[in-house]
Amino acid sequence: MSVCTLRIDERDVAIEAGSTLLQAAREAGIAIPTLCVLEGLSPVAACRLCLVEVSGSEKLLPACITPVQEGMQVHTATPRLQEIRRTVIELLFTEGNHVCAICVANGHCELQDLAVEVGMDHSRLPYRFPDRHVDLSHPLFGLDHNRCVLCTRCVRVCDEVEGAHVWDVGWRGEHCRIIAGLDEPWGAVDACTHCGKCVEVCPTGALFHKGDTSEEKHSDPGRLQALVHARHHRQWTP
Amino acid sequence: MSLCLRVCTAASCRSRGGEDLRQALAAVAGSSTVVKGVGCLGPCSEGPLLELETASGVGHPERQLFGNLPASDPAALAALARSLRACAENPKAPAPWQPPAGQALDLNHPFFRLQRRLVLKHCGRIDPESITEALAAGIYQQLQRVLEANDPAAVIELVRRSGLRGRGGAGYPTGLKWATVAKMPGHEKVVVCNADEGDPGAFMDRTVLEGDPHTLLEGMAIAAHAVGASRGFIYVRAEYPLAIARLRQAIHQAEQQGWLGTAIAGSRFNFEIALRVGAGAYVCGEETALIQSIEGKRGMPRPRPPYPAEQGVFGLPTLINNVETFANVPALLRLGVEAYGGGTKVFSLTGDVLRTGVIEVPMGTNLRTIVETMGGGAPQGRTIKAVQTGGPSGGCVPAQQLDTPVTYESLQALGTIMGSGGMVVMDDTTNMVDIARFFMAFSREESCGKCVPCRAGTVQLDNLLCRILERRANPADLEQLESLCVMVMDTSLCGLGQSAPKPVLSTLRHFRGDYLAMLSPEATP
Ligand SMILES: Cc1cc2nc3c(=O)[nH]c(=O)nc-3n(C[C@H](O)[C@H](O)[C@H](O)COP(=O)(O)O)c2cc1C
Ligand code: SF4
Ligand code: FES
Repeated sequence: MSVCTLRIDERDVAIEAGSTLLQAAREAGIAIPTLCVLEGLSPVAACRLCLVEVSGSEKLLPACITPVQEGMQVHTATPRLQEIRRTVIELLFTEGNHVCAICVANGHCELQDLAVEVGMDHSRLPYRFPDRHVDLSHPLFGLDHNRCVLCTRCVRVCDEVEGAHVWDVGWRGEHCRIIAGLDEPWGAVDACTHCGKCVEVCPTGALFHKGDTSEEKHSDPGRLQALVHARHHRQWTP
Repeated sequence: MSLCLRVCTAASCRSRGGEDLRQALAAVAGSSTVVKGVGCLGPCSEGPLLELETASGVGHPERQLFGNLPASDPAALAALARSLRACAENPKAPAPWQPPAGQALDLNHPFFRLQRRLVLKHCGRIDPESITEALAAGIYQQLQRVLEANDPAAVIELVRRSGLRGRGGAGYPTGLKWATVAKMPGHEKVVVCNADEGDPGAFMDRTVLEGDPHTLLEGMAIAAHAVGASRGFIYVRAEYPLAIARLRQAIHQAEQQGWLGTAIAGSRFNFEIALRVGAGAYVCGEETALIQSIEGKRGMPRPRPPYPAEQGVFGLPTLINNVETFANVPALLRLGVEAYGGGTKVFSLTGDVLRTGVIEVPMGTNLRTIVETMGGGAPQGRTIKAVQTGGPSGGCVPAQQLDTPVTYESLQALGTIMGSGGMVVMDDTTNMVDIARFFMAFSREESCGKCVPCRAGTVQLDNLLCRILERRANPADLEQLESLCVMVMDTSLCGLGQSAPKPVLSTLRHFRGDYLAMLSPEATP
């Protein structure tokens, strides 16, 4: 195993070669805000929250997929990056309909936590109040598109871990939405195994258990990581 | 006297009745008269176009070009055919023929004289549906030479020394790209031609595809031999039905005649080309999205690296070049690096100029030469305000800077890009906020929706521009417009989002006055 040493926010870090900047930062106890990435799923680098500055590179690089390199100098929290992260969160809040007070995920929502983390107390951009729908056709779960941030974790977990590929992204641009099957009601898609993995990995209250009411959704992405780890290493007992 | 009548049947003239004209004139064909449909003859604004080549047996054949010919009026067409027949039957030395309707175009006009046709050498000359004509014109000879010499490294070195850069927009050095793919390990490699041409106002690639598909196939085969690929794809947009039909036919002909397939021209080189037709998404022109689309998946960009050279179609090392890039290769090999010189660039000249159409000019030609001398400048009584290059990824060059030579560097210094070759001229009646908003609405519509800054940022930017156009904006909105532009540019995942703000930033830089004049009357002090 070869090791890389690099400098993140004036802190020296030594980490296994092939790791990502995000893993290196976490190792060093430096928090970088993320949303789309989830350990155990393939990365898509779509939310752009984890962008960092690397000396010698003009471009900002997504920490979740950028491999560490020997001698790298990384800055994760410059004023420029903080401004960018706040704007990303504002863009997310204004493109959906996020009403925390009545949301199943209130208090346990990654989007809400991110807003606090980046200091977004209000949005400088106007809210768009899109006309979105709720799919309650599934016997156990619901999908509220108003709360969806299109991180595509559900799409990936269903395809890569459950192997059912119920979910996909339909349409494009601002019209993008998560679709079940061939854009059918979720309950009409036979491929769904009712496993609930998509609900578990959803960072907001977009995917939820039908019985839950405000503040009652508690996701645990750790369970997914344990499952992926167990499968990978054929190690079923802790 | 023998006549050769070339009728433009490419998209623009076809939409003005070029195909009807060709059919009407086919009646004139006889022992001494040839009538054929050809690709774009250049000045599209004067279509439908007809070129008449007369040969009396002594001296060079004489070429005359005629525009604005009748296409739908049967009587006028019959008169035209009669007049041409009389001309053909006239045994005397060639006298300039005058059409009963339409007008003669001066082939000494700078529009024609200042062009240097390397990529478009055969376009408008040969019948694109005939491989016999292509072979007679010398197409596939460079491929033959390359196969005989069988020295891929030498070809790559030649391309590198020529300084040829990609014509698809980003201008990446072609020789370097070829060398990278050639060095990749593995036996199976892929060559892809990007014919998705989606920039509004751009139709250079269409001109090549419709007018001379065999040169593209030759260029692709030479590239495949150089990098060691045996499979090729042409990804062409569905909005180009004629180009698709001609490509299909050309591929079939080339297979029949042994210029594609196995053991090409008796060598040990195998190369097959498959056609992939897009489904209307602009973003599928972005190379990683294009690869996904070829594989049958949703056309969405992914982060690079890995670059396609490393991991492209079906995970194989892949060379992706634009149509015009490939079409440069046979000319480069024929001429050699010295004579090829700085090469050329094909532009589609449109907008507020007297003569619009497709031109190929030496690299480094002044914008003023192109727009004023060749294109004839703005219509009567108006002046040019700006020239837009690079489509939704580009910007505007203001009239004061028209003496800029067209090179990758000089355009970049002005805050725009060479782009793929769309050149839209705008006169003094144009409101630049309108232009910026047009392109932002385009990017908003074409965003794939994968990453947040582009998906949601283009919507906010478009809404802000609309606010300005409705005279409801204040100086703070303008500030927000600017900072959001920079944010979307710096953070988007692919080239679409990264360059979507450029038309706004460019017009803000050169035409800020247009924005200030549109701020809300209550807001201005
Ligand atoms: C949104 C977007 C659209 C693009 N569309 C095209 C296109 O239509 N044709 C093209 O050749 N290149 C297009 N490109 C550039 C390609 O990604 C790629 O750089 C090019 O095909 C490489 O060929 P070249 O090196 O010969 O220029 C586009 C890029 C982006 C970001
Ligand atoms: S920049 Fe736009 S087009 Fe490119 S990946 Fe992001 S959303 Fe898709
Ligand atoms: S976490 Fe890296 S881009 Fe979303």
